[in-house]
Amino acid sequence: MLTDAWTYLAGHPGLFAKAFGVHVSLSIAALALASAIAIPGGVRLAHRGASALAAINAANIGRTLPSIAVLALAMPVLGTGFLPSVVALTLIALPPILINTITGVREIDPDVIDAARGMGMSGREVLRAIELPLAVPVIFAGLRTAAVQVVSGAVLATFIGGGGLGDFITSGIAMMALPLMLVGAIPVTLLSLGADALFGALQRRLTPRGLR
Amino acid sequence: MKWAARNWEEVAVALYEHVLISLTALVIAAAISLALGIWAARRPRVFAATLAITGMLYTIPTLAFLALLIPLVGLGKTNVIIAMVAFSLLIMTRNVATGIREVPADIVEAAKGMGMSAWQVLARVELPLALPVIVAGLRIATVTVISVTTVGAYVNAGGLGTLIFNGIATDHAPKIWTGALAACALAVAADLALARLERALKNDRAA
Repeated sequence: MLTDAWTYLAGHPGLFAKAFGVHVSLSIAALALASAIAIPGGVRLAHRGASALAAINAANIGRTLPSIAVLALAMPVLGTGFLPSVVALTLIALPPILINTITGVREIDPDVIDAARGMGMSGREVLRAIELPLAVPVIFAGLRTAAVQVVSGAVLATFIGGGGLGDFITSGIAMMALPLMLVGAIPVTLLSLGADALFGALQRRLTPRGLR
Repeated sequence: MKWAARNWEEVAVALYEHVLISLTALVIAAAISLALGIWAARRPRVFAATLAITGMLYTIPTLAFLALLIPLVGLGKTNVIIAMVAFSLLIMTRNVATGIREVPADIVEAAKGMGMSAWQVLARVELPLALPVIVAGLRIATVTVISVTTVGAYVNAGGLGTLIFNGIATDHAPKIWTGALAACALAVAADLALARLERALKNDRAA
């Protein structure tokens, strides 16, 4: 079965490369968009007690919404294809990044902030030099969760015509052609494990030396 | 919501199947995690290996996992239950082991000093003290499993995902909304119930 999968892959390199490319671009686009929204948003919300709590609660409820449902619900509003899939995957990536940014900034020892203030740092300087670096490990933990969820979620983009490696899995299941199914399932598993390892490594590298 | 009201029987069946699949998977996963977590708790190398392996199982995309299981177990509920067990092992095993590791060493020493055997220490001291952390893990696992089980409908396992996939196929938004919100409500209800249990256990400890 594995050799059959390999034969298919070798026979259709263009098809595979395209699906792989779409899968990666879907994931990167969604992750980038979600970070651009959730990191600045989370930093801004972190110091507003009630709003921060409300945002965390909303994100936690949003998290229980199944990925397939988010993609399915994008379809009646935005139609099918690449762009609706990116929007849906962005929504899937938002909660973990937002929750971790807020908790990361909030969990910083208030004494540290006081000390920085006492040294004459302005609010913006405290944010740049103290709060963000200290929150980086927690923010990256959120990005890591989001990355894995987005790569997994992008498999489901096939159901709303978004393409990606899920295409091979669904046609493989539909035709009960197991090798074809593996052409999608194995690479996407490796992609997900790779994303997890990449963000894990980034998290360790970007953690300030004093916190390691 | 008109659609849901008119088709409440279909929704009820999907909900029942969904609860059945999630609950079976969670019970099996809890049993495995408890054994694995107890074994790994006091053995750092076993702990690291367990986290690495269950972490890998957790990271595999659900649809890919379901697909990879087809040659082995075919389509249907068994397939999804196995996938969901594999998926929830990381969260629960980690919490069982961490919960036991966090029990203060002097308490364990005191119990041993009283003449308790290793099994007695485990059953009467370590596990009861670790219980809030174990339940916290169960809570996260329950919420994620309820959410992810929806994909199982694609391999003919039934459940609330059936409504979502039918909705996609017939371009019928109310059906998708019904499936999505029912899964959401089920997850939130389970979360609240387990949160209450977690709090009760913690207060019990404090008293």
